[in-house]
Amino acid sequence: MSDTLKYDICDVAIIGGGPSGLAAATTLKKSGVERVVVLDRESVAGGVPRHCGHPPFGIVEYKRILSGPSYAKKIVKTAITAGVDIWLKTTVTSLGNEGRLTLISPDGPGALEANRVLIATGARETPRSARMISGQRPLGIYNTGALQSMIYLKKRVPFHRPLVVGTEIVSFSALFTCRKAGITPVALVEENKKTSVMWPIGYGTRLFGIPLLMNTSILSIQGHERVEMVKLSDKDGNEKDINCDGVLFTGQFIPESSLVRMSHLHINQITGEPIVDKYGRCSDPSYYAAGNVLFNPVKVAGKCWRAGQATAQWIVKDLMGTAKRKI
Amino acid sequence: MINKPDKIIQKQLQGDVTSNSAFLADTDVAVIGGGVVGCAVARKMALKGASVVLIEKASDILDGASKGNSAILHTGFDAPVGTLEWQCVQRGYEEYLAIRKSFNLPLLKSGALVAAWTEEEESRFPDILKKGSENGVKDLGMLSRSEVLSREPNLSVDIRAAITVPREFVIDPWSTPLAYLMQALENGGKALFKAGVTGGEFTGSKWLLKTARGKVRARYVINCAGLYGDILDRDVLGSSEFTIKPRKGQFVVFDKAAHKLITSIILPVPTKRTKGIVLFPTIFGNLMVGPTAEEQEGRDDASVDRNILNELHAQAIKKLPALENIPVTATYAGIRSATERPEYRIIEDTERNWITLGGIRSTGLTSALGLAQHVYGLLLKKGAEFSEVANPSIPKVPNLAEHLPRDCETPDYGEIVCHCEMVTQREIKAVLESDLLPAGSLSGLKRRTRVTMGRCQGFYCSAHLAELTEGKFQEPIAVGETDE
Repeated sequence: MSDTLKYDICDVAIIGGGPSGLAAATTLKKSGVERVVVLDRESVAGGVPRHCGHPPFGIVEYKRILSGPSYAKKIVKTAITAGVDIWLKTTVTSLGNEGRLTLISPDGPGALEANRVLIATGARETPRSARMISGQRPLGIYNTGALQSMIYLKKRVPFHRPLVVGTEIVSFSALFTCRKAGITPVALVEENKKTSVMWPIGYGTRLFGIPLLMNTSILSIQGHERVEMVKLSDKDGNEKDINCDGVLFTGQFIPESSLVRMSHLHINQITGEPIVDKYGRCSDPSYYAAGNVLFNPVKVAGKCWRAGQATAQWIVKDLMGTAKRKI
Repeated sequence: MINKPDKIIQKQLQGDVTSNSAFLADTDVAVIGGGVVGCAVARKMALKGASVVLIEKASDILDGASKGNSAILHTGFDAPVGTLEWQCVQRGYEEYLAIRKSFNLPLLKSGALVAAWTEEEESRFPDILKKGSENGVKDLGMLSRSEVLSREPNLSVDIRAAITVPREFVIDPWSTPLAYLMQALENGGKALFKAGVTGGEFTGSKWLLKTARGKVRARYVINCAGLYGDILDRDVLGSSEFTIKPRKGQFVVFDKAAHKLITSIILPVPTKRTKGIVLFPTIFGNLMVGPTAEEQEGRDDASVDRNILNELHAQAIKKLPALENIPVTATYAGIRSATERPEYRIIEDTERNWITLGGIRSTGLTSALGLAQHVYGLLLKKGAEFSEVANPSIPKVPNLAEHLPRDCETPDYGEIVCHCEMVTQREIKAVLESDLLPAGSLSGLKRRTRVTMGRCQGFYCSAHLAELTEGKFQEPIAVGETDE
């Protein structure tokens, strides 16, 4: 394969073209860094906001209220205007010593050697399997991310009457998405006696007329081909069956750090995020991380944008040899 | 002469036929059941020159017991000595190694360690070694505690000793039967899906089987119906010599970061009831623990249970402490078609030309090719005459093994759809649009490409997949469009 391997070099390679990665890339270019490459494995850059059809996005960055997709387009345009190279459909397959990345793209395998690398791979929700939920494994079980991609990117619905699990900010976003797509959740369940966030959930469930079941956990998911029913239990052990045609697991975000886990970089074994110093620098000083791959709990796009900008400024100083080397 | 399948008929057989009185085929051999055993038997029959139809009630192969096994190629070192099971495992093992390269089927030469964690377990080693030797597995060896730990340094220091089984390997549990059936189809065989057998009549020389899709006439019938083998015998023959006692096995799959923690399959010291809980690398680059052995009534209820999964997880960590920090990728359960007795239940109704392959449990993936040889032998004894296919066509299956080159390493694959398992659009389209054997369900597509089987479980790719598979499956991912 070595004769077909494509090899390139750059000043800074950024893994992930979401808000933090694109903010960092834009800042780096504006600070005079010559070659900045954003690597995104999707066919369109912009990250999670691409499939968050609702506002508010863009208040921090553009002093305007935008929908997710418009915001995603705008941050991509901003980066390209600043002179950032965005390589789409490009998957980083390994993080090597001192910024040596291996890649795969439809053009074939490749390698990119970067002076500095920024890991901005974001976060994703914990799927049903890792939550160790009992029951069968029929069709109709998704996370918010998958639901929103289906609705906003592909205009399709995977269920009509799902049970929604979790009461984080993203759960509210999920209810909003359901409403927009004509999906009627049968209930919103929360294992604890308090919701994870205060106002939007109570407000949202009242607004949409969806029963909010607190202190309730899932005993099992039933259904042969598709989800048919979920068995619930309250804190006193009272069981209740609820008919539904899907289960939507929202929140419980975990860092999308599998590349880091497979690499030489140090990782927080419990939370899964790369270990960084106060500048966002990893255990190999050629690597930095920023955005939701570090945030627990996850933050909104504007905060990730800010974090990307801040880390980019450290990278600029580092490249100029002025950053403090202490870890 | 190679008898190429008629592509139009093949498609017709996989599509929906409304009338069940239609006459679908007149064949030498009807194989009922598209699990690993059925696929292997169909292959053998086609290669020997018989006309063969595989009849499956689901919309794709491997919908029953064969969808959830441990993917181990067994040497048979611990099989019951002198039994048919032992013979089929040995023959199946040899034939797999002889043919697998021609199909592009992968092999992980992991070897296995039978690990003793207690004095009692260690005390059973002489019996295991003796049995291995009686079973013709001559290369078993012993490792002391320090030798085990130098070979597998991540195992818990509580390990006492181990027996090495150098030729116990890991294979791809789904591409293997797929390759067998594809070869049957490429050499004249046919497959009929969504065609549960509802009854049949033996007319003195031939069977007329009734299926949900129409009728099939056959000289010989091989019941490979696995979990439903006894029911099929009762429905068609009037009685069954055995009763299926479904035995569930739950598994926990760890993230690919765990793969490097062990190189060998870590077997427990077997007990009478089961081979026990195994820790093993998968061909796809994960590490797994399982299966449990739970008797249950339901033949198709592969429910997982949180408490048992947690128990499996804890046991895995006890044996391999570094797993504590590795995320769980997936959980699932398989159901073995055990019977009230421990041995294989191979039953021949010589007067009615019907052979039942029943009670094929954990070893079926390895023994399938051996069982197929055995069935062919039985038919020859009955005086069946076929003329062997001279230069059979050999299909290549796409490689899904992590340690071998994947499709995405060859340019022009379109784009990667499933990022966790690196599944390309080209791979998915090839399986969906196959003339020979397209995927009949989302689970079938998953088994044949690994799509959505990775760590995010469809977080990133479900939407794309919903679009790519639209109109292809009876149970689609998307059930409607958005209001706008």
